Amino acid sequence: MESLLLVAGILLKIIGIVLVLLGAVAYLVLLERKVIGFMQSRVGPNRVGPFGLFQPIADIIKLLTKEVIIPSASNRYLFLVAPIISLGTSLAAWAVIPFDQAVVLANINAGVLFVLTLSSLSVYGVLIAGWASNSTYALLGSLRAAAQSISYEIAMGFALIGVMMAAGSLNFQTIVMAQSGGVWHWYWLPLFPLFIVFWIAGVAETNRAPFDVVEGESEIVAGFHVEYSGSAFALFFLAEYANMILISTLITLLFLGGWLSPFQGIPYLDAFFQHVPGFIWLLMKLSFFLFCYLWFRATFPRYRYDQIMYLGWKVLLPITIAWIVVLALAIQCHVAPWFIG
Amino acid sequence: MTHSIPEMRHYTFNFGPQHPAAHGVLRLILEVDGETIISADPHVGLLHRATEKLAESKPYNHSIGYMDRLDYVSMMCNEHAYVLAIEKLLGVEPPVRAQYIRVMFDEITRILNHLLWLAGHCIDIGAMTMFVYAFREREELLDCYEAVSGTRMHATYYRPGGVYRDLPEQMPQYKTSVWHNASEVEKQNKNRQGSLLDFIWDFSARFPKRVDEYETLLTDNRIWKQRTVGIGVISPDTAIAMGFTGPMLRGSGVAWDLRKKQPYEVYSKLDFAIPVGTEGDCYDRYLVRVEEMRQSNHIIRQCVEWLKKNPGPVIINDHKIAPPKRVDMKEKMESMIHHFKLMTEGYCLPVGEAYAAIEHPKGEFGIYLVSDGANKPYRLKIRAAGFPHLAGLETLVKGHMIADVVAVLSSLDIVFGEIDR
Repeated sequence: MESLLLVAGILLKIIGIVLVLLGAVAYLVLLERKVIGFMQSRVGPNRVGPFGLFQPIADIIKLLTKEVIIPSASNRYLFLVAPIISLGTSLAAWAVIPFDQAVVLANINAGVLFVLTLSSLSVYGVLIAGWASNSTYALLGSLRAAAQSISYEIAMGFALIGVMMAAGSLNFQTIVMAQSGGVWHWYWLPLFPLFIVFWIAGVAETNRAPFDVVEGESEIVAGFHVEYSGSAFALFFLAEYANMILISTLITLLFLGGWLSPFQGIPYLDAFFQHVPGFIWLLMKLSFFLFCYLWFRATFPRYRYDQIMYLGWKVLLPITIAWIVVLALAIQCHVAPWFIG
Repeated sequence: MTHSIPEMRHYTFNFGPQHPAAHGVLRLILEVDGETIISADPHVGLLHRATEKLAESKPYNHSIGYMDRLDYVSMMCNEHAYVLAIEKLLGVEPPVRAQYIRVMFDEITRILNHLLWLAGHCIDIGAMTMFVYAFREREELLDCYEAVSGTRMHATYYRPGGVYRDLPEQMPQYKTSVWHNASEVEKQNKNRQGSLLDFIWDFSARFPKRVDEYETLLTDNRIWKQRTVGIGVISPDTAIAMGFTGPMLRGSGVAWDLRKKQPYEVYSKLDFAIPVGTEGDCYDRYLVRVEEMRQSNHIIRQCVEWLKKNPGPVIINDHKIAPPKRVDMKEKMESMIHHFKLMTEGYCLPVGEAYAAIEHPKGEFGIYLVSDGANKPYRLKIRAAGFPHLAGLETLVKGHMIADVVAVLSSLDIVFGEIDR
């Protein structure tokens, strides 16, 4: 009976997280259209509901009621499995993401590793989709995706090593708590190059502009999901935006002190904001990165595929490796205030 | 029996006609090795409307509207070459005011064309915000088209012997609607209080700042430079040999511009410079076109100043060629007959042939006209600027990657209306 309750509790938590996440994705899409609209001196969606607030709902209904067209030359089974892998992996990663102190579905010690693993696995969704579609554009898209993911995961992994060295743990709770003490104690400062590299790699990892060669609208039409329609397409779409939120949350947790208040250690202000719940801080910090995603998209031209590879291997990777050496020295010398412990 | 290794083949695929970056109806057969282009074979003809043949079956003045539909982003320039060819054969010259109006609208058209080109080029390279910015400015210029001709695209404003009518004294105004209340409309109408010339003057005062704004987004942008510098390079000699004209040739460093080399209308009286590139790559062609927009703006300002000071007729007074005034038609028998004859029969051109070329935004746009003395052309040949450019595509993209094909293709500034005709 007790174990049954435990399972039911976990299930409820999962459903809760997934529902909130899907809602966030839906409104992130609306936010994207609004923000980019304002940046382009347009108004964005404003017809469905007040200020277009019901637009995501209309979009969801549209996508779900549309026919899923399966190309006759495709591999039917893999064609349908691909979007499920894509969304599945991007949702599963949320299991270890803490939203506040001790508010987490699974507080495992290898949390960072778990997230990294799942984000590596998610490329299979894209690869299989491209392969199973049996279309030139889709194949080109998935090949690009594979190359890009592998390249940027390495830079990303090295950036994570820096965080692990600094915090001495792979557990998100420990990593965040190791940063407590105020803005200057967060890892963005001692790990600044890694923070930037992780950010860039994160944008590349989610295949967003300016690294969106996998979809490359003007080059390979829609890339790996060119043959998808209806709810199968919706799954890819959800996965992409869920990944954006995931990466933003990861940057926040690893480099910006997660749910910690930015006013820690400042007299009066610290006390004044004491009762603000941690997840509000988390939300505000990750919103900044989400906004930057949209900002980048409205501003930058698209990189070429080989230039992305160049950036990943010859610029980002050397920076991370060099900084890891610097970091190791700093830890060895117990540079205050970060590495005194 | 021995097993041989299966033959390795390159990938061949269709780029268009249903492709977001195909610029209309281009079908490009790409042969790729991985992502590297082995060959690019453009197929044309999907937008063929037989304009040249159609013109043979109609009186001369009926075909002006077809010219708009050739390069449908620089409408009045196409008309210009056509009416110039007719004028050459007829031996008439339009009044000076008409010439200034034509030059002004040619340059407005050049800005219109280059803005659309910039919009397309940017969205092809992935900078989508520029697309909307360019369209914001195009809106006002299209209003100028609308003010003189009544339409925003297919103007049919240039006529043999002048232009259809003088510039309006009053700019059309916005009215309140469900979507725009009185205060919003007042804001929209702010620069429309005076004549069309005031409106253009106001625009030309603001426009250089807008171009600066575009340049802050692109010119020194690292990604933009990585995507365009050294891409689609063509040497001056090859460019000339392949029949490149306009910005495609000037981007390679050849200062060839018909407005300077064989001035038509009043270009010889105006002050403007010809920007040229050095490398002949996409980036230089971008810089050339951006500078051309500034120069065009400069020309427009000179024209507006002249036009404000010098009123006068805008079409010749020969009613065998130009229609009589509407008022006269209602009262004078002769005018009515003129009008009727002009609209049904048109006029005959003396036997002979003429080639008239103008510096179109895309390059040299020429009309070759053969007359056998009838009221219809015996033969009309259009020299489309974009056709040789598209023909040079394979030379430009060979060895580059798929993403570069898109960049090069959009830097050609092709419009299928004129290529397929």
